[in-house]
Amino acid sequence: MDTTSPRETPAVRIRGLRKQYARVAAVDGIDLDIPHGETFALLGPNGAGKSTTIEILEGYRLRTAGEVSVLGVDPARAGLDWKSRLGIVLQSGTESGAMTVREQLAHFAGLYPRPRDVDEVVAAVGLEEKARARIAKLSGGQRRRLDVALGIIGRPELLFLDEPTTGFDPEARREFWDLIRTLKREGTTILLTTHYLDEAEQLGDRAGIIIGGRLIDVGRVHELGGAEARVPIVRWNDPDGTPRESRTERPAELVASIARDCGGEPADLEVIRPSLEDIYLDLVRASGAETRETEEARA
Amino acid sequence: MSTTDLTTVAGTAGARRPGRIALGGSRIGYEVRSYFRSPDAVFFTFLFPFIMLGIFTAAFSSAGDIQPAPGMEGVSVGAYYLPGLLAAGMLLSGVQNLAIDIAIEKSDGTLKRLGGTPLSPVSYFIGKIGQVFVTGVLQAALLLVTATTLFGIALPTEPAKWATFAWVFVLGVGTSALLGIALSSVPRSGKSAAAVVIPILLVLQFISGVYLQFYQLPEWMQNVASLFPLKWMAQGMRAVFLPEDFAVLEQNGAWDLGWVAVALLAWLVIGLVLSRLTFRWIRRDA
Repeated sequence: MDTTSPRETPAVRIRGLRKQYARVAAVDGIDLDIPHGETFALLGPNGAGKSTTIEILEGYRLRTAGEVSVLGVDPARAGLDWKSRLGIVLQSGTESGAMTVREQLAHFAGLYPRPRDVDEVVAAVGLEEKARARIAKLSGGQRRRLDVALGIIGRPELLFLDEPTTGFDPEARREFWDLIRTLKREGTTILLTTHYLDEAEQLGDRAGIIIGGRLIDVGRVHELGGAEARVPIVRWNDPDGTPRESRTERPAELVASIARDCGGEPADLEVIRPSLEDIYLDLVRASGAETRETEEARA
Repeated sequence: MSTTDLTTVAGTAGARRPGRIALGGSRIGYEVRSYFRSPDAVFFTFLFPFIMLGIFTAAFSSAGDIQPAPGMEGVSVGAYYLPGLLAAGMLLSGVQNLAIDIAIEKSDGTLKRLGGTPLSPVSYFIGKIGQVFVTGVLQAALLLVTATTLFGIALPTEPAKWATFAWVFVLGVGTSALLGIALSSVPRSGKSAAAVVIPILLVLQFISGVYLQFYQLPEWMQNVASLFPLKWMAQGMRAVFLPEDFAVLEQNGAWDLGWVAVALLAWLVIGLVLSRLTFRWIRRDA
């Protein structure tokens, strides 16, 4: 097996990936490269094909068509050496939990050729006080931290995080982001799915939006949706109360001219830079409309 | 989570993955610990034979000894049931314990998580089978100690009997463990596992001479029981613990230890093949 993939090949390379369930295409033609060391955020509504895609990359599911290479290896044919280079944090872990946090981590560390130090990982996910507690006694958020700890204990080159911070409080989420930044600094390649756009914004070097099994947009997080989607919006009310809206690259000029025209302070003036969330929701809405149109056209 | 930096260890590249056998060994420790922390497993598979031995001894003690034929020397009811309960213990520790345990691990995500690590299924099997051996040996030892100290049942002293005990035990436990792994793929979910597995094994225990005296069962039932391994485990154990005179009560009037070995070996192979064929970390395309 090829374990020394040359750096020129990306960590993840996907071409024409399709996954067909009965008559439904869960993944319908995806192309994507994730270079080594990048953190890539995969966004999309529930049922869009995020988890199916990620599970094909992890080797859990077989693809219907297309080419996939993960760390230079085809996941459908990969072996244990390949698995020892991955870290996988699945969407939900609900094990019975007779072991303690530390026992579980120490056991999993033993499966890998060069694991991280158990106590360091316990500290990194903030479970020091729970290290000797049975897993069954942990809260949902603490269990999720343990999932993350189990995902990184083997010092992975490529880390899959499937909705890692579901159930975290805001503080825990920020601490988690710090941990991921540490892993990034070490050169870990990370593929993340999330519902939280601020998370994608904080962590992702690039992001992709997957809807209906297709990757409808890929780019640097700050460029998603294209330049047009990011043109600032200026909103105000005319003196007669009519709401007005205009998009412009030069909002200050527009505001100045509105002020001149009104002969004073315009009512309810706002200058809005669309957030990633606004852009994302626009894209989801637009593609939802497209899907409906094509379905109607077929009917 | 704190901002504690994770140490980057340089110069460890090219470290070797731990071997399958070594990992299997570490799995045994992990599995045994986890077993004794699960009250259900301990009660229904570990302690059950003790409870049955207590009930049989208490319930039938007034019925007098069981004799192979009128006028011959008999043994107490407890002594008569001891071999069957040892066999039941092997079956419960192996088949019932593993079939339910693995079905639950499949449905609660344990296997999916393990399937994403460099753990080989071989190491996982070694862990499970090793756990069955450790708990099975403890169970049998405690059952024998209880039988002599609490119920005054005399144990054989001849080394040959204990040699028979050893191979019947090892074959029986190994077969049970493998059949447990194979059977774990039958239940649709972890929740239904106990409901699927326990009745099958209960029927088997009734027709194989664990709770009912085998020689009193109708011949057709004895023949059905002979198709399954438990009957042979119980027969092997009776050969060890009952006086020689009791051999006349067996189907052929003899202990037939050769056939015990053949039947158990056959089931061992069947269990091995079925385990290999049916075991998956996850249903890959579910």
